[in-house]
Amino acid sequence: MSWQIIQQSLPMFQKGFILTLQMSALGILGAIILGLMCSLCQYFKIPVLKQIVGAYIELSRNTPLLIQLFFIYYGLPGIGLKLSAYTCGIIGLIFLGGSYMAEGFSGGFDGIPNSQIESGKAIGLSQGQLTRYVVFPQGFALSIPALAANIIFLIKETSIFTVIAIPELTNTALDLIGLYYHTNEYLLVLVVGYAIILIPLSIILTWLERRIRYGTFGD
Amino acid sequence: MTELLRVEHLNKAYGEVPVLQDISFTVNTGEVQVVLGPSGSGKSTLIRCLNGLEPYQSGTIYFQGQKVDPTPKNWQLLRQKIGMVFQSYDLFPNLNIMDNITLGPIKVQKQSKATAQKEALRLLDTVGLADYTAKFPRELSGGQKQRIAIVRALALHPDFMLFDEVTASLDPEMVRGVLEIMANLAKQKMTMIVVTHEMNFAQQIADNVLFLDDGHILESTPGKDFFTNPQTDRAKEFLQSMDF
Ligand SMILES: Nc1ncnc2c1ncn2[C@@H]1O[C@H](COP(=O)(O)OP(=O)(O)OP(=O)(O)O)[C@@H](O)[C@H]1O
Ligand SMILES: [Mg+2]
Repeated sequence: MSWQIIQQSLPMFQKGFILTLQMSALGILGAIILGLMCSLCQYFKIPVLKQIVGAYIELSRNTPLLIQLFFIYYGLPGIGLKLSAYTCGIIGLIFLGGSYMAEGFSGGFDGIPNSQIESGKAIGLSQGQLTRYVVFPQGFALSIPALAANIIFLIKETSIFTVIAIPELTNTALDLIGLYYHTNEYLLVLVVGYAIILIPLSIILTWLERRIRYGTFGD
Repeated sequence: MTELLRVEHLNKAYGEVPVLQDISFTVNTGEVQVVLGPSGSGKSTLIRCLNGLEPYQSGTIYFQGQKVDPTPKNWQLLRQKIGMVFQSYDLFPNLNIMDNITLGPIKVQKQSKATAQKEALRLLDTVGLADYTAKFPRELSGGQKQRIAIVRALALHPDFMLFDEVTASLDPEMVRGVLEIMANLAKQKMTMIVVTHEMNFAQQIADNVLFLDDGHILESTPGKDFFTNPQTDRAKEFLQSMDF
């Protein structure tokens, strides 16, 4: 194990690190928005959209991200849609994460007791007001644990981006190993790189989970 | 006496199972109608039909002389005039007491926040909970929660109140306070339909008793007579089973 080799590789890893963070952030944000919209379509049983969402969720959850990425990166140009690897990666993450987030939100919405909905109706709230003041705040709080687990999962999934040559953390490590064969050093940096992102994040998410749960339900 | 609510030939079934059969009755303004009957006789289902929480297969409800067209939109508008309090209080855990009470007045009736809060405070004062505005439901006892739930319904100034066994989940020492509030409402001539298992209370406030058995109204008898001289054997048995 050579400290010097590690030090020399750090600037490259730094770039990969930032790229992983950036793509994760965009992908997760997109997945949360997509997932929320999908779960609302399902919660309100909106005709047609509900079926489309159902099919999307099945497709997204039952195919590997690797295949989804290949399809977006190599398949879409076939119908005239040529996107950069970076864009493909983010789209892939949103496509995969959207269904996981949708199921996370749905779990939360379904966890709201029916009596809450009825007491909202009993004071004359409209469907929209019911969603805004009763269903969403409570459902969101209930879904946080699932959403947090999905966030961590999606960040780990970005390592697959290496197959379409996006120079994120894993790709950087594999490239360096291929060039200089210092496998131990580069893998160590790689592991530390992910740990720096994931460990503090999961601590923050757990804390947030408790805060929001307490703020909403008081336990 | 003006008629506030009239139900004609209401029928309701869950799937194939009839739960309410040919229910007809009238409630006049200022009157307290107490609904009694054994468990499973359809009391909750009946009052849930009266504010549209439960759809019914046939029959007609007239509210303030107008036939109710039972669409979701119509029920939503009507519910501002029909307050309902449930057995399990069902306050919104994510909102503090003030927001629980003013949500309807502000969002549904478009009252100003100041007006709604002033009225909420006035009502809270009448139930002895004026100091609780900033608290959350989880910080309150069952009896306090139920009093807040009553205030939440009253804040919309309904013409009519529905109570479904509102003291059934409360510890005995909490029951009295809630019943007193309802008795006060009756004294102020609030029109109400009350489902309860508190027989002394029922006798005290009932202008009329509907006795339900197996989805039918077996008798509709003035309150002063029902408890001393019920017309049917089923009602007699029921009163006995309640140690009355
Ligand atoms: N959602 C439902 N689906 C199917 N059957 C139901 C449903 N709700 C109630 N029932 C049935 O309808 C009948 C009437 O129920 P309801 O709750 O109105 O009775 P109740 O008089 O209020 O009884 P209790 O005194 O126990 O509250 C019962 O036989 C019950 O099993
Ligand atoms: Mg009941």
